[in-house]
Parts: sequence; structure tokens; C-alpha cells
Amino acid sequence: MKSTKRNFLIALLFAPLLVFAQADLEINTPAIAALTASMEKRHAQLAPFYASGAIGYTSDGSVAVRDAKLIALPQRQAVNQAVAAENADRAKLYKEIAVANSHPEWEGDVRATFAQRWIAKAPGGWYYQDSSGGWVKK
Amino acid sequence: MTLKKWFIALAAAGLSACVTINIYFPAAAAEKAADKIIDKVLSSEQAPKTAPAPAKPSVPAPQPKQ
Repeated sequence: MKSTKRNFLIALLFAPLLVFAQADLEINTPAIAALTASMEKRHAQLAPFYASGAIGYTSDGSVAVRDAKLIALPQRQAVNQAVAAENADRAKLYKEIAVANSHPEWEGDVRATFAQRWIAKAPGGWYYQDSSGGWVKK
Repeated sequence: MTLKKWFIALAAAGLSACVTINIYFPAAAAEKAADKIIDKVLSSEQAPKTAPAPAKPSVPAPQPKQ
């Protein structure tokens, strides 16, 4: 009985090691995979508009129309809809990652991290919003 | 008895470390996860962009020979 208790305490000592081993964030869930696939598919449609500067990355991890005049009139509605759908997917993605890691309250932190990484990974020539809301060409 | 107390103290320290790790947002791990997802999304645009680039110079290359 005494040794069982001691073994339990010894096991507790190694608990932090196990936590460190799982330090990666969980992103391999069906919901996250579906959202990523959806965004991947939509990206082919949005890419030319990022390149022309019609749309860009916001400072809060979303996408916004920067200059609608750069989009041909017949395409404008479709681009607006794609931007709205992209932002809905992104919002769900940030929430899903927080929930998948058992910390729904991390949603804002996940969003802030993505906001930085989207901009860091954007090719040159694309536009992004700085912290004061102004558009900057990368 | 003293050994047991020592174990309990260490176990308590270990547990508090767990709590610390779980409460604070793992910024580095989140960056890694974000990069994985962003690379996947952006690669769908970069793949067709790089594919036609090497194809173009190979077509006009034989023409100057004429």
C-alpha cells in the first residue's frame, strides 16, 4: 500500500515531462482539416486580387477589400462574397484550434498569432494593414 | 517520513509546473501550427504560379537557331 502511494508520487514527478512532450498545438482534427481545405480551395480565386492590391490582410487575421475599383465591376460581388466566406472560415478556424486544445479562451491569442503569420508569409507586393489600420505594401 | 515529505514537495512543484504550462498561451507552438496551416493554404496559389514559369523560356529557346 505504501509503495503504491510512493509510485504514484514518483509518477507525478514525471508529469511535467509528459506535458512538455505534447507542447505542440493540436491541429489535426476533422473540423480544422475541413476549414483548411475550404480556404485552400478559395485561395486560388482570391490570389489574383491579393496580387493586384484589391484585397489584403487585416491586422486582426482577416481579409478585407482595400480598393474595390481594382476589381472589374462584374466580379466585385463574387469577390465580396469570397472575402466574407474567407473571414467566416478564418473565424471558425481560430475558434476550432482553441477548442481542440481545450482552451476556448485562447481564440483571441490564436487569431493574433495567425494575423502576424499571414502577413509574414504573404508574398511581396501584397497589402496588409498595420496596427493603426493603414494599408502597407509588402 | 522525511523522504515521503520530500516526495510530496517535489510532486507539488511538478504539478504547479503543469498548471503554469496549461494556463499560458503557448505562443511558439501556436506560431508553428499557424505556419503549417498558412503554408498549406498559400501553396495552392504558388503551385500554378511556378509551373508555367519554367515552361515559357523552354519554348522560345529553340527559335533563335533558325
